[in-house]
Amino acid sequence: MIVPLIVFFACAALAITGAIMLILAREPIHSALSLILVMIALAILYLLLGAEFIAAVQIIVYAGAVMVLFVFVIMLLNAGVEERTDYSKLAKYAGVPLGFFLLIEIARWMYGSSAGSAIASGAGAITGAVSTRDLSSALFRQYLFNFEATSLLILIAILGALVLARKNQ
Amino acid sequence: MSVPISYYLVLSGVLFGLGVVAFVFKRNVIAVFMSIELMLNAVNLAFVAFARAHQQLDGLVFVFFVVVVAAAEAAVGLAIVIMMAQNGQSLNVERVHSLGEGGPTYLPGGSAAEPRESLKS
Repeated sequence: MIVPLIVFFACAALAITGAIMLILAREPIHSALSLILVMIALAILYLLLGAEFIAAVQIIVYAGAVMVLFVFVIMLLNAGVEERTDYSKLAKYAGVPLGFFLLIEIARWMYGSSAGSAIASGAGAITGAVSTRDLSSALFRQYLFNFEATSLLILIAILGALVLARKNQ
Repeated sequence: MSVPISYYLVLSGVLFGLGVVAFVFKRNVIAVFMSIELMLNAVNLAFVAFARAHQQLDGLVFVFFVVVVAAAEAAVGLAIVIMMAQNGQSLNVERVHSLGEGGPTYLPGGSAAEPRESLKS
């Protein structure tokens, strides 16, 4: 069964392409659209990992709600082409290699760590999806207090957004 | 055979690193927020991969909470962006310095009272 590997590599390539396009795009709207590409690729990967509920949440909340908010604000503010600033030569010549060094280092650590290698040696080859039923019972029993605290957090965020975005005076 | 979990972790690390690079290099406030979302997504992928590897539900519950916190953060952050635009400030993160004392002196053309035309950017 080579199909999961093909799907994985296709989605991984899609996600990395989207992330690089997010960096390279000059217009904020292009960045937003490439970020939506990353999120959809990640949703397919969640399906591959057997987390259907998380994949649906990824599509509905992230690609749907949050990114629509971003696109709406970009259109509202008429944010145009990003100006390139060359204030810091240090950022250009030291930042790029250091950023990619960090990227490679994180990936290398994850690949070589004991947890990663233990998982790579077969622990990951488990079939059988985690059912949404189990997830919801964990969410509403074991994590009930956290869930309620989350609703309070959302309420505070809405109030804060209203207060901040209100017209002055 | 199914995909090894370490592949997902490597992809998660690569995406997180790209998010860090975007966070450092993007100049538009909205793009900086989007790179934060990219980093949160990378972390979510690692959470789901570990949850599957250990057959534990807790990772998925954490992903749920991360999504909620990201939504709250996006709402408040974009409200701050709108407030900045209403006050006539630039959207360029290097030109936003209204909390500083008189603004920085090292920016060419970045006076404290930035006119509205610099909104594009």
